[in-house]
Amino acid sequence: MPALVEARHLRKYFETPRGLLHAVDDVSFSIERGKTMGLVGESGCGKSTLGRVVIHLLDSTGGSVYFEGEDVTHVDGRKLRKLREDMKIIFQDPYSSLNPRMTVEQTIMEPLIICGRFTRKERQEEADRLMAMVGIDQRLRLCYPHELDGGRRQRVGIARALALNPKFIVCDEPVSALDVSIQAQILNLLQDLQDELGLTYMFITHDLSVARHISDEICVMYLGQFVEKSPAKELFKHPLHPYTQALISAVPSIDIHQKRERVILEGEITSPINPRPGCRFARRCKYECKPCHQPQQLEEILPNHFVACCRVREINCQ
Amino acid sequence: MRMSKAMSSHNGSLLSVRNLLVEYTTEGQVIHAVNGVSFDLERGKTLGLVGETGAGKTSIAKAILRILPDPPAKIRSGEIYLDGQDLLKMSESAMRQVRGRKVSMIFQDPMTALNPIMRVGDQIAEVIRLHNRVTGRQAAQRATQMLEMVGIPGERYGEYPHQFSGGMRQRVVIAMALACSPELLLADEPTTALDVTIQAQVLEMISRLKRDFGTSMIMISHNLGVVADVCDDLAVVYAGQIVELGRKEAIFDRPTHPYTLGLFGAVPHLYEDADRLKPIKGLPPDPSNLPTGCHFHPRCPRATDQCRNERIALREVEAGHLCRCIQATSVEG
Repeated sequence: MPALVEARHLRKYFETPRGLLHAVDDVSFSIERGKTMGLVGESGCGKSTLGRVVIHLLDSTGGSVYFEGEDVTHVDGRKLRKLREDMKIIFQDPYSSLNPRMTVEQTIMEPLIICGRFTRKERQEEADRLMAMVGIDQRLRLCYPHELDGGRRQRVGIARALALNPKFIVCDEPVSALDVSIQAQILNLLQDLQDELGLTYMFITHDLSVARHISDEICVMYLGQFVEKSPAKELFKHPLHPYTQALISAVPSIDIHQKRERVILEGEITSPINPRPGCRFARRCKYECKPCHQPQQLEEILPNHFVACCRVREINCQ
Repeated sequence: MRMSKAMSSHNGSLLSVRNLLVEYTTEGQVIHAVNGVSFDLERGKTLGLVGETGAGKTSIAKAILRILPDPPAKIRSGEIYLDGQDLLKMSESAMRQVRGRKVSMIFQDPMTALNPIMRVGDQIAEVIRLHNRVTGRQAAQRATQMLEMVGIPGERYGEYPHQFSGGMRQRVVIAMALACSPELLLADEPTTALDVTIQAQVLEMISRLKRDFGTSMIMISHNLGVVADVCDDLAVVYAGQIVELGRKEAIFDRPTHPYTLGLFGAVPHLYEDADRLKPIKGLPPDPSNLPTGCHFHPRCPRATDQCRNERIALREVEAGHLCRCIQATSVEG
């Protein structure tokens, strides 16, 4: 059976006054049914753009997207509408992604109205079912978003995404705006829904602990490209790319006794406008050398563990 | 850090806060933001205030600097001793001498903390000129030094905030806060708006500056990892009260309050596996309508009738480790 979602050499460029911004540049991956792919990286690395291109919220500049084995890169009309039912997104900010003038119930019912297949009564039943599924109390159905706290708002966003029974959901930083105690509630809910409904997730986050917790596989993104791709636990056991190593070591740990060696990166992430060929991390990398300025390919270094770094073997043998 | 029962005014600490009570009044509603907070901060040490949104952490810091917006905020009672002097009894003009010189604050969002139409170097020089008898040129020189100390080339003195990235803006805010070598630095979520690699740079820099200048600090954060990194002591804040207080090691190794335990259980770990997280059930209470008894009891798995009805005091579970829970048993050190 083919992977549920697959991207091949996907690219998305934006025109800016300063040149062409390579937000997503030649990215390939596939996600099996029922699995979660975590996408991590710092702000501006292209994570959200990639998520939006995959589900057709943005048109791609090049490359292709496959859904259930079918090339859906250029679908339109009825086919696109069907695809939109299968692929949904949950946004980061539950404050700005809900219409402030629509009640909880209206928000959840809107997709059901748009698809046009339900009678009024069926819509009501379906909305009740969805609210129960995500744990929103019935008495809140006539509330407006401003009357709800962040966690409940995010539940409404999830219920809206679940309407029409999608197969694939892009979760774009769904817990970043929430307090830790609420964050855990939402993460558990997403996991339960996945088990129950067999959902497939692309989970975008900048929080590495969250990514490790929820993902089966993790892709690390830097300036529009994947630098490392690995099974989740394996990535933290053996981070191989210098950027991944720095990223993981930068996470403040709550283990106060384990002294970890911290790699402090120089400089900051720039934007990939008219980038030169070669490794985009090279400018901040302490292992930078001449071959780094040639284009880099993801290479399988350990089983299912891919790294785009020409010096990966010598760096990790030291 | 100590909490003497006698509550003598300052017992040699740099900062002593006693029974601080802050309320906000809006549309006839009274919001109980800070409900009797007391702690001491020794010279050269860093105290972390952890808690979730709305717990009252920022109100505590703003009360120390007396920059709470009044109205709606009012400091109902309490004493805040800095070097033995009660800041709450000072005149406004004396207070102005304290702000920026003796106590300064780093705000969470560097974009709103900087003036967008003023050159960054001049913003640092402004603080220096306010508090020292120096010429414009001397102030500019010192501002340039401060920029370089936080890792920004002096040539960028004349640039504006929008020309800087988020991490660099936060460095400017830090340079400004440290420009007059304050004795106490209040850092309110200084790295929350930053990416992890930049956060690591900024935390590293804060630690270095603290070491070099011997500055005492209060670090406000919702991130347990960040406070684990920089703090000596820790206060866990819930619904405007300190629910657990002690040395960092004591609290991380032997957390006793159910809320603290809940916080630890709710975050995924970087190296430990858990199939499911253990969220704290329910929601933080509405600060205009706080639960009776222990404010945490509606969410607490161990709540009893006593918890629901009686006011719970902080008590010692081991030397220097206080917990606001009647069920917390003494822990073996």
